[in-house]
Amino acid sequence: MKSIAELDAIRKKALNNMKVKKENQGYKIVIGMATCGIAAGAKPIMSAFIEQLEKRNISVPVSKTGCVGVCRLEPMADIIDDMGNKTTYIMLTPDKVEKIVQNHIINGQVVSEFTINSTQAIF
Amino acid sequence: MHIYSSHVLVCSGTTCSSKQSILIIDKLKDGIKRKKLNEKIQVITTSCFGLCTKGPIVVIYPEGAIYSNVTLNDIDEIINEHLVNGRIVKRLLSGDNNENNSYETADFFKKQERIALRNCGVINPEMIEEYIAYDGYQALGKVLTDMTPEQVIDKVLDSGLRGRGGAGFPTGRKWLFAAKAKGDKKYVCCNADEGDPGAFMDRSILEGDPHSIIEAMAIAAYGIGSDQGYIYVRAEYPIAVKRLNIAIKQAKDMGLLGDNIFETDFSFNLELRLGAGAFVCGEETALMTSIEGKRGEPRPRPPFPANKGLFQKPTILNNVETLANIPVIILKGANWFKTIGTKKSPGTKVFAIGGKINNTGLVEIPMGTTLREVIYDIGGGIPNGKKFKAAQTGGPSGGCIPASHLDVPIEYDTLIELGSMMGSGGLIIMDEDNCMVDIAKFFLEFSVDESCGKCPPCRIGTKRMYEILKRITEGKGEVGDIKTLEELSETIQAAALCGLGKSSPNPVLSTLRYFRHEYEEHIINKRCSAGVCKELLDYIIIPSDCKGCTKCIKVCPTKAITGMIKEPHIINQEECIKCGACLEACPFGAIIRK
Amino acid sequence: MGKVNITIDGIDMKVPEDYSVLEAAREVGVDIPTLCYLKDINEIGACRMCLVEIKQARGLQASCVYPVSEGLDIITNSESIRKARKATLELILSNHDRSCLTCNRNNSCELQALSDRLNVRELRYEGEKTLYPLDLKSHSIVRDNNKCILCRRCISMCKNIQTVSVIDTTERGFYSNISSPFDLSLNDVPCISCGQCINVCPVNALREKDDTELVWDAINDKSKHVVVQTAPATRVAIGEEFGLPIGTRCTKNMVGALRRIGFDKVFDTDTGADLTIMEEGTELLHRLNNGGKLPMITSCSPGWVTFCEYNFPEFLDNLSTCKSPMQMFGAVLKTYYAKKTNINPADIIVVAVMPCIAKKAESKRPEMSVNGLADVDHVITTRELAKMIKEAGIDFHTISSDHYDDPMGDASGAGVIFGATGGVMEAAIRTVYEIVTKKPLDNLDIISVRGIKGIKEANVQIGDFTLKAAVASGTGNARKLLEMVKSGEKDYHFIEIMACPGGCVNGGGQPIQSSAVRSKYDLREERAKAIYAEDVKLSVRKSHENKLVQKLYKEFLGEPGGHKSHELLHTHYIDREKYPISQ
Repeated sequence: MKSIAELDAIRKKALNNMKVKKENQGYKIVIGMATCGIAAGAKPIMSAFIEQLEKRNISVPVSKTGCVGVCRLEPMADIIDDMGNKTTYIMLTPDKVEKIVQNHIINGQVVSEFTINSTQAIF
Repeated sequence: MHIYSSHVLVCSGTTCSSKQSILIIDKLKDGIKRKKLNEKIQVITTSCFGLCTKGPIVVIYPEGAIYSNVTLNDIDEIINEHLVNGRIVKRLLSGDNNENNSYETADFFKKQERIALRNCGVINPEMIEEYIAYDGYQALGKVLTDMTPEQVIDKVLDSGLRGRGGAGFPTGRKWLFAAKAKGDKKYVCCNADEGDPGAFMDRSILEGDPHSIIEAMAIAAYGIGSDQGYIYVRAEYPIAVKRLNIAIKQAKDMGLLGDNIFETDFSFNLELRLGAGAFVCGEETALMTSIEGKRGEPRPRPPFPANKGLFQKPTILNNVETLANIPVIILKGANWFKTIGTKKSPGTKVFAIGGKINNTGLVEIPMGTTLREVIYDIGGGIPNGKKFKAAQTGGPSGGCIPASHLDVPIEYDTLIELGSMMGSGGLIIMDEDNCMVDIAKFFLEFSVDESCGKCPPCRIGTKRMYEILKRITEGKGEVGDIKTLEELSETIQAAALCGLGKSSPNPVLSTLRYFRHEYEEHIINKRCSAGVCKELLDYIIIPSDCKGCTKCIKVCPTKAITGMIKEPHIINQEECIKCGACLEACPFGAIIRK
Repeated sequence: MGKVNITIDGIDMKVPEDYSVLEAAREVGVDIPTLCYLKDINEIGACRMCLVEIKQARGLQASCVYPVSEGLDIITNSESIRKARKATLELILSNHDRSCLTCNRNNSCELQALSDRLNVRELRYEGEKTLYPLDLKSHSIVRDNNKCILCRRCISMCKNIQTVSVIDTTERGFYSNISSPFDLSLNDVPCISCGQCINVCPVNALREKDDTELVWDAINDKSKHVVVQTAPATRVAIGEEFGLPIGTRCTKNMVGALRRIGFDKVFDTDTGADLTIMEEGTELLHRLNNGGKLPMITSCSPGWVTFCEYNFPEFLDNLSTCKSPMQMFGAVLKTYYAKKTNINPADIIVVAVMPCIAKKAESKRPEMSVNGLADVDHVITTRELAKMIKEAGIDFHTISSDHYDDPMGDASGAGVIFGATGGVMEAAIRTVYEIVTKKPLDNLDIISVRGIKGIKEANVQIGDFTLKAAVASGTGNARKLLEMVKSGEKDYHFIEIMACPGGCVNGGGQPIQSSAVRSKYDLREERAKAIYAEDVKLSVRKSHENKLVQKLYKEFLGEPGGHKSHELLHTHYIDREKYPISQ
């Protein structure tokens, strides 16, 4: 690293890359992959997302992130759209993933019953 | 059979038909043919989807996109965008995404203030670019190109940041001592040997935002004049280790670690050292001894690590959470930091909330938040309508805070006044079903197991205290035991070699302070009101409720229950081993534990 | 060295700035109690006995590791200090095998003394006690962890000073204990049996294997002719067991006591030492003149030999093939002496009184025998001999005897100085010089190889030839020296190595002195002084002038390095794997 300018250039490029893009159906999937998430089964969840997307010929980036603190609700995934809206799905299973891809990614319909605000999980 | 790669399903039910769906089918088929896609795409007429209010409905597979309220004018777009270019026509989807469903909107989250955890759950920890995108390494750049080491230390001093690992020593002062110390080589170490039962905030930061630690250590190194750092992380954190290794490699590849960073004279290298699971290695001198390759045991201070630390060279050791605050303080300034938290303890603290509380998990709150807010507003209160009894902070070095102090603001000094301490941030909530003697025993057992064995007060003293507590919980307590516990506590506090040893009696002393009556109840009345200490409980059959079904007799492993069929049974207390099987087996609730 | 002003219990004083609070306090007569502390060897602040209050620091501080600094204000005697020390000691005692009456260290135990000093009259904190099996497998050392108080002096000695590193702390907390790798016996690890761990143990967790009963049995067996030989260093130390000042020469009392105990003959190992010089000197000259392997390294110290076999097998060819003086002398006793006296060698029992416990193991080596008879049958230490004298009811102070017995009794001063580091070198130089130059050596005192420095060097002019010599004592120093030789940094013709720091005077079988005494006196220095005084007193001070040695070659051995010598007086070594997989 030579200068702040170089760092800023990387920063701008990275920000641009992180933007949710039209060609990706306007979505990005981020899966909680800290110890808590992985212990709760985040790896099969990530595979399920990738499998469902491939099955449907859809290219949406699937990324991982750390823990937000509500470990008891893992595995969790955020679906972020091009407006920056974030939907947090909790206690995921491969079945739930299929429904989320179908309804949310494809048809833009939030699967309310699986989101963090859906249950009495959070008081 | 001909295989089509895509299928377009158009509803021809009554409602959709009435909205021109038949014309839509024709236009679709026509358009597909014109694009020469009729070999690949099949248009199928279907019956009702049941979404009649939104009809006409067009569904395209394999994606499964459901277009609603489709008009003849939309067909060209569907063909060009979706069927030719593979892009779903979002404006035609039936979805409604206005509702915000992210975790950030949950009450649990809203009262938090995220500084140390700022990037956890936000960025991909394995991509340095994402960290940089969120202002990563800007602070290091600023420090190296725009600030002197003295200015860096001044800023950290001015922020009032205190060590998040337990004792709350001012971070800036630690750095200042090491900066002033003479030495041909100096070291920056990060304590990632998180060991308090229940605490995992450091793991979360290492797994979610490893670069923040690397950046902060480089800043610290610049401040004190070091070129070598070590992160001592416990081997039980394999994911943290993996991500740290990835992060270190990425930072090296990008020239953010190594020689002449930002084309300055500053060079900094970083290595991991894995701890083998000894709690005592979280103590600073033991940690350094362990990095040196020896049995991890504390050594006396002075000399202090700032003068003679790792390999006898000036060394600073900061905890993960402390370091995570550094880049933000550099970028946003000390004054900004001081607006958060309290005057004596600025900033935030991450707590791992566990035990008898609805919302377990990690929370980052401003210092000065009251226990009541944490437990009821963020934590969602005690489950099953039970009554709060105590909050344990500080792990095996801390103590229990009773309900009468729920409104005390949480900061370093108030917790110490209450006979507890901040510790690394474990917060265990206990309700009326917890026995405080048992809790003290639990924490003391931890200290007994984790004592390194170097000094006799800790090695033997904690063991003797544990033996007494064990006796008390087994109904063999004697008058005078409390006095002996206090005497031993005093000896250990005064004479133990290291901070962990000295603080190991705290769980006993704090419970003696607030819950002395529970000890007395155990010793004198041989009872445990909370119903935890097995040896002090009796299982009793209420004769009026007993129907004489003999179910309890059948499950009792020691044949302690006698009685004739259809007559009330009796438990012989001499024979009973208090396993509780009868209580579970009784269909009439006739057996109670008291 | 700069000085700083401090105050101890209200007494203002000026002390060197590198002092600890403990050292400073002792200087003004404030005797802070200690237990784990051992000057220069174990300063770790573990036992918490030396706690003091320091105004500038929070809580109580361990004075043995607290450095003085300007203005330090120290209180050594307050209610809280007294309580903390006493309670801590009671805790230690609560997990100690308190069978003091039958303990080997009864009356020489530092824990016992401390318990008395702190006026411990009841134990308030009884509880579980750890139980460990005794390690009895070694020929030399017994380890009893039930007595151990985890002061770790033995570890510091074994690891830091001797660099043998076969013991360390294992497990944690209440169950932490001192052990060898994989919990093996000391017999099955690369322990060299130097016994330095025993000498620093404040209690009875480490002790020599007691062979006194075997010796009594031999003496009481009328069919056996029991002879005893005494090593040079024993005579300058045994007095300490009877309350005499460190460094008192007790040769006559010791010889008298041995006779009274009932040995048939009392001989001097020093004669064996003279013999060693003849053989080793000849071997050195042979190697020098015939392009033999150099540097030649002495082989008198069995601890060192074992250390070399385990740690420096590449130097085994450098070791002199000479047996140690004890073994040489034993071999001569069972051949020449047997013939002279017309006693069946099988009926001769050779007992050796040694300052050393590695000698016990050495005497058991299968190659240390002639015609199927061990050169030496039993080895007892200086300490064990003192016990026998006490048990026999002999007043050590009044008993006396002028001479060792004929015909093997008279030795030279060169033999005596074997007991101190540098002694073998000095003795060898006295002889080699005269053999080579055929001229008498003007000054017999080769001062450059004397003293307690770990590594010493000397260039000795022998005619036209400059002999490059080095002396190391303590295997830690030996390791340093050999690493330098290995790397080519240093180059010598002849090296003397003794396993124990200071040589045999400080051997693992010598009287044990407490930490307090060792803080005041350097045992190595005081005892060595007596050794050199003994040397000066003798009329014959060169090995080759020893009349008996001359006679021995004439009547029996032929010439040094000859056929008979090789058969009786030389040996070979084994490249030993440290931790063989098969174990």
